This record gives sequence, C-alpha cells and structure tokens, in this order.
Amino acid sequence: MNFDQLLQNVVGDTIGPGGSLCAFRPELALCATIVAVLLAKIILPGWKSSAYYITLLGLLAACFFAFPWSWQQGGIPAAKSIFTGALIADSFTVVVRGMLLGFAVLFATFTQMTGVWDREDQAEFYVLMLGSLVGMCLMISANHILIVMLGVEMAGVPCYVLAGMKRNQPKSSEAALKYAVFGAGAAGVMLFGLSLLAGVLGSVQLPTMTARLIQIIHNGASADQTLVLALGGLMLMVGVAFKLSAVPFHFWAPDVFEGATAEVAAFISVASKAAALGLLVRLVAVFSMPSALTFPEGISLPPDRLAAVADLGVVRQYIVALLSLLAAVTCTFGNLAAYGQTNMKRLLAYSTIAHAGYMMMPVAAAAALVGSDAVGAREAIAALLIYLGIYLFMNLAAFAIVAFLRNATGSEEIADYAGLVRRSPGLTVCMAIVMFSLVGLPPLAGFWAKMTVFLALIDAKLWALLFIGALNTLLSLFYYLRVVKVMALSPEPLHREAPTIPLTSLVGSYCALLTVPVVALFFLLGGVLYWARAAAHTLFN
Amino acid sequence: MSFFNFHDPEVLRTWLLSLIIFLPALGAGVLCVLPIRSDQFFKRFSLAITVLVFLLTVWLAIPAGDSSAVGHFTLGEPGMQNVVDHEWIPSFNIRYFLGLDGISLPLVILTSFLSVLAMWASWSIDKSVRAYCALFLLLETGMLGVFMALDFFLFYVFWEVMLLPMYFLIGVWGGPRREYAAIKFFLFTLAGSVLILIAILVLYFTSNPHTFNMLTLAEIGQMPDSPFHQTLLWGKSVSWWAFVLLFIGFAVKLPAVPIHTWLPDAHVEAPTPVSMILAGVLLKMGGYGIIRICYPICPDAGYELAWVVCGLGTVSMVYGALAAMAQKDFKRLVAYSSVSHMGYVLLGIGAWSATAEFQYNTDYWTMGMSGAMFQMIAHGISSAGMFFLVGVVYERVHHRNLDQYGGLFARMPVFSGISMVIFFAALGLPGLCGFWGELFVILGAWSYSKVLAVVAASVVILTAGYILWTIQRVYLGPEYKGPHGDALTPMTRREKYIAAPLVALAILLGVYPKALFDYVTPTVQKTVVEMKDWSEQPKADSQSVGWVERSEPHHRKNPPKKMVGLAPLDPPYFSEQPSVDLQETEQP
Repeated sequence: MNFDQLLQNVVGDTIGPGGSLCAFRPELALCATIVAVLLAKIILPGWKSSAYYITLLGLLAACFFAFPWSWQQGGIPAAKSIFTGALIADSFTVVVRGMLLGFAVLFATFTQMTGVWDREDQAEFYVLMLGSLVGMCLMISANHILIVMLGVEMAGVPCYVLAGMKRNQPKSSEAALKYAVFGAGAAGVMLFGLSLLAGVLGSVQLPTMTARLIQIIHNGASADQTLVLALGGLMLMVGVAFKLSAVPFHFWAPDVFEGATAEVAAFISVASKAAALGLLVRLVAVFSMPSALTFPEGISLPPDRLAAVADLGVVRQYIVALLSLLAAVTCTFGNLAAYGQTNMKRLLAYSTIAHAGYMMMPVAAAAALVGSDAVGAREAIAALLIYLGIYLFMNLAAFAIVAFLRNATGSEEIADYAGLVRRSPGLTVCMAIVMFSLVGLPPLAGFWAKMTVFLALIDAKLWALLFIGALNTLLSLFYYLRVVKVMALSPEPLHREAPTIPLTSLVGSYCALLTVPVVALFFLLGGVLYWARAAAHTLFN
Repeated sequence: MSFFNFHDPEVLRTWLLSLIIFLPALGAGVLCVLPIRSDQFFKRFSLAITVLVFLLTVWLAIPAGDSSAVGHFTLGEPGMQNVVDHEWIPSFNIRYFLGLDGISLPLVILTSFLSVLAMWASWSIDKSVRAYCALFLLLETGMLGVFMALDFFLFYVFWEVMLLPMYFLIGVWGGPRREYAAIKFFLFTLAGSVLILIAILVLYFTSNPHTFNMLTLAEIGQMPDSPFHQTLLWGKSVSWWAFVLLFIGFAVKLPAVPIHTWLPDAHVEAPTPVSMILAGVLLKMGGYGIIRICYPICPDAGYELAWVVCGLGTVSMVYGALAAMAQKDFKRLVAYSSVSHMGYVLLGIGAWSATAEFQYNTDYWTMGMSGAMFQMIAHGISSAGMFFLVGVVYERVHHRNLDQYGGLFARMPVFSGISMVIFFAALGLPGLCGFWGELFVILGAWSYSKVLAVVAASVVILTAGYILWTIQRVYLGPEYKGPHGDALTPMTRREKYIAAPLVALAILLGVYPKALFDYVTPTVQKTVVEMKDWSEQPKADSQSVGWVERSEPHHRKNPPKKMVGLAPLDPPYFSEQPSVDLQETEQP
C-alpha cells in the first residue's frame, strides 16, 4: 500500500459518508463554540453577556448533534471505532457525552446566574469550560493510549486554571497550584504506566493491546512480564484515581474545592468525575473482554473466543481486587473525614470522594461478572450510569445552593447556615431533599442510585463490598444530617443579614428546578433506566 | 384500564386504599401552600384530615356480610382482601401492591385512630405549627403505607418515609435533649433499615423470576426445594441470612433488648403527641414485620432461631420491667414499660410449638401469635394513653420527677380515675385490654418452653410492682408538694375527649376480646398452619435447582383478588401453589 492509497483511505474514512467526523459532530460543535466565544469578545466588545449566550447556543447545538436520533428507527447500533481506531463510537459514548453536555447547559446557566465572574473574564471562563468538556468527551470514547493521555490532560488543565481564576484570592491560587502539581504528578505516573504497558504489549491501541495480552497469558507470561504488566496497570490506575479523587490520591480535592469557587467545584465534582468514570469503564471493558471490533492492523483474536475470555480471568481478578480495595477505602475514608468538616465546600468535597467510592463499586462488580455473565455486567454498568445521572442533579443542586447562599451571606461555613429555615424555608427544603438524597433515603432518587449499586454487588457476590457500602450509608447520615440540622433546628444567629431567597425568585426557582428531578426520578425511573441500559448495551460484546 | 371508571370495583378499591394512604400527604402538601397564617386553622385542618382517614379505615373494618359494598372486610377469610395491584416500575418488577388481612387491618385502624387523638393532643404545640402539621400528616402516610404495602419495595419506601418526619418532630418540637434523641432514633432505625434493604435485595435476587411480591416470596420460601435454601455465606442459607437481617431490622423498631436504647431517649424527648404515635404505632411495625415477613418468607431460619426470638422476648420483658422500676422520670418509666410489653409480642410470635414433638398441633402457637397481635393493639391503646396522661400533667407542672408528685387524686380526680384505668390496662388486669394479650402469649409459650412461660408469667408481678408503685407515688398521698402546685387544674374538656375513647376501648377489648380476635385469628391461624405444613415437609437437598424449571414465569402475576369461603385449615393463597399438594396433611 503506497502513501497515496493510505491517504485516500484515511480521507474516505474520515469525511466520507457515515465517516468518523459524522460521529464526532458534538465535539466539533464545542470546538466551533470556543472559537466563536473568543471572536465575539473581539468583534462585539460592547455585548457583555455574549459569551454566555454563544456558549449556550453552542452547547445546545452539540446536544442536538449528540442526541441519538437514529435509535428510534434502527435500534441501538453496534459499536464502531472511528478515526482509524483512535476513538470508539458506541452507545456508551453517546449517553455519557449527552449527560456531560446536558450538565454543561445547566452549569453554564448556573454560572451566569451567580455572576461570579467579572464580565471581562466571562469569555475565558466559558472557553476553559468548553475546552475541558472536549477533553472529557475524548476520555469517555478513548480507544487508544494517546487519546487516554490527551483526554485526561485536556480535561484537567483547564480545570487547574478555573480553580485559580479568582485572581485576588490567595486561597484560590493555592488551590490551583496544588491541583496543577498533583495533576502533573499523577499524569506523569500514568504516562509511565502506559508506556510500560505499551512496551510489553507492543501496541498503543487498546483492543490490540488486549489481544496481545491474551496471547502473552495464553503462552504463559514470564515473571518479569507479569510484574511489568501489573505495575503498568497500577500506574495507569493512579492517573484515573487522581481524576476520581479516590483515596489515596484525593488530597487535592478538599483544598481545591475550598479554594475554588463553588461553581468550579461543582464542575470538578460532577463533570470531571463522570468523565473519569467513563474512562475507567472504557479501560475495564477493554482489558476484561476481548473486543469484537476489527482492528486496523489486521490482528485477529485467538480463534477460540471462550478460551480467550478465560485467559483474561487473571486480569479481571486483578481489576476486581484493585477496584474493590480502592472503592472500599475511598468510600469509608470520605465519609469519615467529612464528619469533622465545618466548611460546606470541604464537606461536599469529602462527600464527592465518598460517592466516587460508591461509583467504583459497580465497575468492580461488572469486572467480576463479565467473564460468566455479560448481561449482569452490563446491568452493573447501567447501575453506575443511573448513579451518575442522579448524582449530577444532586451535586449540582447542592453546589448551586452553596453558591447562592455565598452570594447572599458571603459565607460558606456550615455554622452560618443556622436557622435558615425561618428566612428561606423553600431553599432549606431543597437542601434537605438533596442531602437526604445523597444519603440515599427513599422516596428520593438517591435511593435508586444506592439500590442499583447494591443489586450489582449482590449479583457479583461481592459481599464485603456490599457490607462496606451499607455501613457507609449509615456513616454518611451523620454529616449530611448535620447540615440539615443546622439549617432547620439550630437557632438563628443574632448578627447576620437575612439571606432571604424565596423559591419564586430566579435563583430560588433554579434550585427548585434542580431539586424536582431528585424527587421525581424516584417515581419515574423508567427513562433513566432506559438510557442507562442503552449505554451499557454495546459494552462487553 | 381507566382510573375514573367508578363502576368498576377494582378501580374503586384502588382509589379507596390509595386515598387512605395518601390523603394525609396530600393534606400536608395543601397545608404548605395555603396562603393562610392562622395556627388554629392548621390544627383544625389536620385534625379534619386525620378524622377523614379514620372514617375511611372504619369503613374498611365493617364486616362485609351480604352487602357487596367495596372495601368491607370479610370476617373469617384468612387471605388478603381489598387487593390493589398495579404496575409501577416494570423493569424491576416493582408493583403498587396493597392489601389487607386480619393482621394488618387492626393495625391500620389503630394507626388512623391514634393519629386522630395525637393530632387533637397537638393543640398545645405553638412553635411553627404549619411545619408540625405537615410533618405529622406525612408521618401518617408512611405508617399507613407500611401496614398496607404487600410489595417489598413499596413497604421499604413507606418504612423510610416515616423516618424523616419523625426525626424533625422529635428534633424541632422535643425536649431539652431533642437533637441527641432525634439523631439516635434516626441512626438506630436507619441501621435497621439498611439491613432490611440488603435482605430485600438478596431475596429479590434469589427468587426466580425476580420479585418483590411479599406473598410470592412467602410462597417460594415455604417450598420444599426453595431457592432460598442455597448457601449464601459461611455455610448459612439465603433464608437464614435474610431472616437474621430482617429480624435485627425489625427488632430495632420493636424494640428488643439490647437494641432498645434509642427508645427511652426518643420517647422522653418527643412532644406528647409524638410519643403517643411512637409508642402506639411505630413500635408495632417491628412486630408486624416479624409476623408478616420474617416467618412466612424464611420459615426454616425462624424454626432454627426460635429460641433466639423467644429468649430476646423474655429478656426484654424482664429487663424492661426492672428498668422501669428504677426510673425517676415518669415518661422514662412509661418508655421502659413499652420495652417490657413488646417483649410479650416477641415471645408470642416466636414460640414455635407446632413441631413433631407435639404432633404438629398448631393450637398453641396460634394462641401465642394471636396473643401477640392482641398485645400489640392493647399496648397501642394503653401506652398511647399513658404518654398522653403524662403529657397532661407535664403541661401543668413542667416536671416529670416521680419523687416530686403525690396527691394528684385530690387535685385532679377525673384525671386520676382515667389514669387508673389506663395504668391497670397496661398492667394486664383482667377485664381490661392488657390481660388477654399477656394471657394468650403465656399460654402459647407454655408448650414451647415451660421455663420461658414461667418467667413471662412472673414478669406480671414486676409490672404490677412498678405500676402500683407509680400510682402510689403520683396519685396517692396527702397533697402535692412539688413545683407549680397552683397549675394543677382539672382536665380540660379537650383532654377528656381525647382520653375517653382510649378508656372506652381499653374496657371494651377487656370484656369483649372477641371483637378483635374475630379479625385476627383466621389470618394468624393461616400463617401458623403454613408454618406447620412447612415443618412437616421432608427437607429437600439444599442445593436443589429443580424449582426453576418447574415454575412458569408469570403465573403469579394476577392472584385471585378475593377468595371467600376458604376454611382456615386450607391455607393456600394461590391455588396453583404446588407445595401444599406435595405433602400429606394428616391431623394429629
């Protein structure tokens, strides 16, 4: 094959009918929006809110492209790799990307409402957010080591800047520095791990690496190979664990959440976490099952698929052990550490850590199930996506209330919320609903999140993890309840401006808008369940 | 199916039962948005709602006879009546499945009845009345839902729905240590309910096809080759683990020693009406859960662990009575008396005497379990009454120190008279409601274990000790010497009206217990006979998988709504149930 022919093939694959660019339209829309926002700042300096409206328009366009219109007629299409195997386009990509974009719409509106940025900085803020979003979209569809690295960095670096964007606050700068240093370190370790894996497996494309892995295991791996592979996997996990703020790579989270504004904290806590989980699922899926996709290099799987699946058993055991341990420690540590917090954002940071632990549990369950029961494994991933979808509303609502209260009172200390129920009963009810939903009490949507995860753990027979999850539900009650207790039961302090935020005001109704799904999704789970199962449909084939 | 076709009894039944459960919640919603700021109005409105719900539940209790009116109760029919079954979340096979039988109906009526009285007793609340009323009504929805739900998931949801209002009711309107008491209550109950949730999920996962239907699960659990027999963990079966988890969860609520410690705190700190509800209704949920869920679904574990259940019951009885005797605080004394009295319930339920040793004679166990049911209702009346009476005197003198009382008889004669009746009812004096429950429980326990029966019977002496001593310290004596003596005014008319129905019921059930046994016994007998049938079965190999092939996937989807005329000894709720046909039903 000469160079010209190769070029022809690539061009055809990329821009041809049904080519790769077609599946990549949402990301392209985001990129175009970035350019438009920057241009608008130069061309229309008089229009102060241009950045927000252009961003909103761009995000809605991206949502439009991301929505799987064709599913209604043709059902869910099979997974396919695009850009010659660099990315993977399947229902998982579609659903998680849709979730991220939907979150971004709500989030952009939220930041516009709190007005936290000077009008001057607004454009930069949205550009960074959109850039990070593109990186996250890459993370969740990664099929190639380069894309994994690229996605993690693209998603991470704008977040470092966002954390430090409040220039005149030392805490903000400290947060940004801490985040950046930790992030760089973790990325370095991850890159090293990836290079170890690539070195032993002789490829940089993930499914091909799995195929090589099967060959190595089938032929009996030498001790050196096993050591390097295990080490590589561990180091790869360090990078993912950093993004997930999993213990012991969580140290940045409380400081960054406290130093950054509540808005940025919401973005890191929800979007960044969703993307990291998406990447984790991708990695687990690709290394726990031989992929059914064809590979551009023409490497085919060993002829006996069942034997290949069995060969990967040891890899799955490794993944399950690693993830179970991480999940159990993260969950327990997050909940215990949250108990002593007095700052609301720090508390939510530890709550985020704990929830990251919960959300790793179904991934471990999926890895444990996939060898024997792919349907059960898909169900476990669906549980994760239900969790993510509900968590999105809960956490965004919590951070939104924190931000609005900061605007009203200038404080983010829990003690300063005392007696809020008397001034803003509606907002307090919203907060109480969100907090109880985070505990996982019915009849709130958070209960489904917990319940489906527990079901997955029972299916996978991970009893220890189930016990730890149940115990943690109990532990988490203390600190979530304390917030509600202070708001509803404690007497109002004498010297405080009254933060009166009725639900009928604009910000109040935004909080209500986010709280309604937290209640409603409990009764109407069907829709969430459909999308979650659709997302998991193409995995583990 | 149209939900507005009111000629269809099915639709009517759905509306009736749903209305009973959700009318209070609806009322709470209306309260929150009404643009009125009158506290008196909020209380009257809530009272009206509770009265309406009470009337609806009374409608349910009217014996059906020949009339074809929807909702009436068919006496002598052991199975589920008024079954409402609709799809809710099909992907998890979760259904909106409600029904009533002889076990749940008395508890439903007790709930709605005590809610009326407690709401009326709430007239003295004057802090954020709107929120109080809304939370109270929400609580009532949760309580009624627990007793009516037949879908495990639905049951769990109502079980938890009850938790939040209760937390706030204790935490906002309670006494000085309210926040501690509220969180302790919340924590204990949540710990229990997490265990229940795990048990529910494990049962759901083990049943095939997966189901949350309590009746189907009971049917599966009683099969000779039940899938619940497969080993789960550490050599114990699914059934064993589910029983233990569920039992702990329910025992927290009951409460049984040693997980009762939340109760004295919660009762003492809660405002009077909330204490009435706590003691009168919430404790019964534990007993109800054990009768309705633990035993039918996990009979083998119940059989194996009967001694634990009975032992815990007896220990609770003795410990509660001794602890009550040591109390200086009037309300704490009443709270510990609840622990003691609920021990009878545990003993009555657990005394599994229908064994080979007794030729599978079910009479004694039926007696014990009916006694436990009777005890629950009787305790609901007497303990709610006692808490109310303590509240009446506390509102006047603002202390509860038993040593500073005395001479109330002279100052408040009507109040003292009412107190005597209620306290003697709690004591178990013949002719009052407390007597029958204790008697039948002890009779039932006798054939299971003579030692336990003797201990249980002698607890009556301890009970008499602390009750009589209390009466002596509070009501008798020459004159009241404690603080606020001037405030000891006779009962107001409202207080008399609240106490009168409790006194009347205590006497009525005391002299005519049949009024309650007629409802309870057929269902209890059916439960006991099912247990007996199960223990007669030849025990199958625990690893059997034959069940999966034999069952058709959806044959239980539409159970018969009402099966009239079944003799109590012919128990199968579902006519297709194979397990009953398999065994010989020889009578001793």
